[in-house]
Formats: sequence, structure tokens, C-alpha cells
Amino acid sequence: MTDRIETHLGTTEEGQMAQEQANTSTTASDVAATSAEDSDAVRTSGGDPDDLNPVIIELENVNVYYDDFHAVSDVSLPIREREITAFIGPSGCGKSTVLRCLNRMNDLIESARVEGGVNYHGVDLYGPNIDPVEVRRRIGMVFQKPNPFPKSIYDNVAFGPKIAGYKGNMDDLVEQSLDRAALWDEVKDKLDESAYALSGGQQQRLCIARAIATSPDVVLMDEPASALDPIATLRIEELMYELKAEYTIIIVTHNMQQAGRVSDRTAFFSVDIQDDGERTGRLVEFSETATLFTTPEKQETEDYITGRFG
Amino acid sequence: MSTSSTLNPRRATSEEVAKTIKRGGANWKPIAFQALLLILLSVSLLILIVLLADILVSAWPTFRDRGLSFITDGLSLNPETAGVWTAIVGSVIIAVVVAVLAFPVGIGAAIYLEEYAPNNSITRFVDTTVRNLAGVPSIVYGLLGLALFVPLVNIIGFGGATSGKNVVAAGITMAALVLPIVIITSAEAIRAVPNAIREAGYGVGATKWEVVKNHVMPVALPGVLTGTVLTLARAFGETAPLLVIGVATGFFAPAGDASFYDTLTGPYTALPVVVFSWTRQTQAEFAETLAPAAIVVLLVVLFILNGLAIWMRNRSDRKW
Repeated sequence: MTDRIETHLGTTEEGQMAQEQANTSTTASDVAATSAEDSDAVRTSGGDPDDLNPVIIELENVNVYYDDFHAVSDVSLPIREREITAFIGPSGCGKSTVLRCLNRMNDLIESARVEGGVNYHGVDLYGPNIDPVEVRRRIGMVFQKPNPFPKSIYDNVAFGPKIAGYKGNMDDLVEQSLDRAALWDEVKDKLDESAYALSGGQQQRLCIARAIATSPDVVLMDEPASALDPIATLRIEELMYELKAEYTIIIVTHNMQQAGRVSDRTAFFSVDIQDDGERTGRLVEFSETATLFTTPEKQETEDYITGRFG
Repeated sequence: MSTSSTLNPRRATSEEVAKTIKRGGANWKPIAFQALLLILLSVSLLILIVLLADILVSAWPTFRDRGLSFITDGLSLNPETAGVWTAIVGSVIIAVVVAVLAFPVGIGAAIYLEEYAPNNSITRFVDTTVRNLAGVPSIVYGLLGLALFVPLVNIIGFGGATSGKNVVAAGITMAALVLPIVIITSAEAIRAVPNAIREAGYGVGATKWEVVKNHVMPVALPGVLTGTVLTLARAFGETAPLLVIGVATGFFAPAGDASFYDTLTGPYTALPVVVFSWTRQTQAEFAETLAPAAIVVLLVVLFILNGLAIWMRNRSDRKW
């Protein structure tokens, strides 16, 4: 089943792929220019070379626990502005857990505990007096299953700005957000209709419009296309690529081809199974997407991306 | 395909396949089982139908001879003029008190339990206790009302001529009786709201209060409404607690031009109590035709309430 979909995706996307490969190759040459910088230099937030985007979120030795269960161990990586960073890895490797640390979404799970630093513009999101509500306005989120509110299309987009006290013209903002999410033309005549009347792919683009309506810096996407068909997936990927000009995007995906197509940098997570059966996720490798997929440093990464995992 | 052909060197002929997949004769066991279930259903339905038919037949002369005056007349010792109006008024006031007290308290408690309470042993204990309270016999709530709410009503100045044994105390007692059910049904409706909706709300920077108010409650509302209106029907039908806290099973003159305060604090009665009391009257007409007629009135009120619950649920469901 999976194979069939991916083959189909490959054929429908040839034009897109070629275009993106062109894009990737430009970034690859950028990389070549900076490849003198070793990976340690990439990890420092200060003193970036001019051709590297500044770091917007820096994870420092992040550990996540659910009660006594150690879910994620010691993750450190920088997220750069206006780039797409992909988190890949097998099920249970903690990639979604790490993503949910970035906007304090883990707060909603009572037993979850985050240790280490998540520095957003140099401010620790888990420091004292941080308001998670304000954090989530600046770091928006798109979920795995499209989850529009059971309200009208208009209200879905307007809710975030409204509760944030947006004073400008709401109609304009709604149009603008839907337009950026490449949904405006399809819904402009039925803004008052239920969001549930839309198709799955349209619902997910509505969720993206909703996420960007509050003008966040960063948009977190937790497997945003996993519930969609290949054509809807392609539209979401194109959209991410366009949104990159204004937003920093972090995407968790099961689909390695997707990571390869859309992301600038990729973090590969894996899972260690302890003697007592406890599964702890950890970051194996983090680098330029092109590098990670062609010349990975670690054998483990190579095994995974070539399908020889396990 | 290739593996199966290596496992079965010889391909089965169509006769052989037909032999295994065609059935020889009917299989009686499932049919018998289905018939048994149908009989069980018919028995339960039959009991209901006989009950209803018996009551309707007995009640018919009253409605035929008296028409609407049976509804609009007050209580009386004379079977020719006795009606259920006083009882309807009493039941409606009790229902209003229940709605005013039990609904906000119960729904609020349910929201706290589901959305705010930490998931610890205290919460679980409270949850279990509420469930157990819903199963406590109603007569026990009657005793609680007599010991607690009747004096309370006196203290807050609603004692009146009945020293607290009035419709206010009855309403508070009924509210206490249905409160656990309101909490349980509301909590279940709130729990049924998909977590994805909450996450979506938090994801765009909503506070807990905004998520509950704007997203959880609108989605849970149909279920909450259905549950609460059904508890109202329960409050309408309960008899035992009212008997304990001194409902007037005898007869008193209809309120007439008494003030609202006097009506509220004076002697009262309710529909199920009237049915109970009429069945024990010495004059045969009371038990034979008037009590069934009162039952019909009570059933009609309950049907209306249940219909209202269904209508409200459909109406708020249809929105999206």
C-alpha cells in the first residue's frame, strides 16, 4: 500500500521534484561554500557566518520524561530562521515529543517533564515566568490529523487573532491568511460554511491558515500530510516551501522522501531499547538535508535512510 | 500466489470448491437465537403496551366527561370537580427550582472534574463518590431534605405557614437528588469532546478558559442539554422524597388569589403524589378513573420533556 502511494507520488510530482531539486542544488552549493565550517560551528548560536540564517531556537540537552519514563534523551540542535527543519526517525523515537517541547504543548500532558534548555531568541521557554499561551501565539502548530474547530471557515481563522486582541481589519487578515495558505480561491464564496465541509487536504490548509493568522515566527508541523492523499500532500509541501520565505518551519515526518523534498536541514532520531523494555529516543545526526541523505556520518543513519533499519 | 501454488501442488476443481462453500440445508441455530431475541423484545414491548392501554382506557371517561377542566381544576374531595392543576403548578415550581439549582452547580462541577481537576487519587475518589450518589435510593434524599433543607428553608425565610415543608424545600431536595446525574451526564458529554479540538485551541494561543468556553462547551452542549433535561423528567416523576418532606397528600383549597410568597411557602402537592394519594381514597372514582387520568397527564409532561431534550440535541447538532 505504502509503496503504491509513494510510486504514485513520484510520478505525479516529477515536475515539482525537478524544480525542488534545482532549489536543493542551490542550497547544496551554499553548503559547499560553508562546508569549511565544521558541525561545531553550526551548533553555536553566536557568530554565524553571513550566509547562514540566524538561529531562532536552540535546544540544549533536552530530556523529556513522562513520570519515570525517560522518553527523549539529551537532544541538542539549533533551528535556523526561515528554513525548514525536518525531524525524521522510526516510530517512538521521540521526534513528536521534541517538537511539542518547542511550544510548550507538552504542558498539556500532566506527567510530562522537560529538562534542559529550549532557547527561543535566547530566552529559555522553560525558564521562570514564561507564559505558555504567549509562547504558542509566537510558535504555532499544525497537527497530524486536520483538526479544524467545528465552526465556520472564517471563525477558524479569526479565532486566534481575536483572542490575541487583534485590532486591525479581521476580514483582511482572514483573507490574507487563507491566501497564504493557498486556500482563498477555493473557499472565498463559502467562508460562513462549516470547516468540516472541506476535504481533508483543504482542512489541513485551513489549519495552516489558522496557525499563521496569529503571525507566529515559527510553525511546528507534526506529520501534517500523513492523513492526506498524495495530491493533497503535494499541495501542503508546495505551501511549506512558499511559507519558508516568512516563517521558520519545523516538520516531523515519517516520510523520508518528504523530508528530502522540502527540508533544508534534517535531524535523524532513533530509539534505544533498554533492558527493561523502556524506549528512549535520542538524536543521532543533524545536518544539511542533502548531506544527511547522501553522505550521512553515522552508519545508523545510512541504514535507516536506505531502508535497512533494524 | 506463487507460494500458495507451491504449497498446494494440485489446483482444486470447481466441484470441490463448491462442496466446501455451499451449504447443505438451513442452519437452525442462528435462526432460533434470532427468534428468541425477538420474543424477548416483544415481551418487554407488550408489557409497556398493556400498561399504557390499561391506563388510557381507565382514564378515558374522565377526559370525555370533564374535558380540559380536569387539567384546570384544583384539588377537591369531590370526584366530580377534582383536577390536577394544583399538582401541575407544584411540579413545575419544583422543576424550576431543580433547573435553577442543579444545572449550574452540576455542569460547573462536571467542567471542573473533566477539564481542571488534576488526575490524582482525590479526583478519582470524588468521581467514584458522585457515581455512587447517583445510585442512592431517592427516599434517602427525602430524609436528607427533611433533616437539612426544611430547616434551611426556614432559616432563609421561606418557611411560611408550612415551617419549611413546602415547595422550595422540595425543589432543593430534588435538585440534590438529580445533581449526581447531572454531573455524570455532563462530564461524559465533555469527555466525549475530541482532544484534537482542545489541542487546536491551545495551538493558536488560547488559554484554558478560552478553550473550554469557545470550543469544548459548544461541542459538549448537545450532550449536556440532553442529560440535564432528562434529569428534569426524573425530578418530575419522583414521589418518595416528597412524601418524606411533608408534601400535602390531603386536600387544600386552590391557591386562588394568594400572594406569590404564600403559594411558594404554603402547602403544595405534585403530580406523582396526587396519583399516589388518589389511589388510596375511599371513593372508587378516584382510584378507578381520576388516578389514571393524572398518570396520563404526568406521562404527557414527561414525553414533552423528552421530546424537548431530543429537539435541543438535534438543533445544536445541526449547526455543524
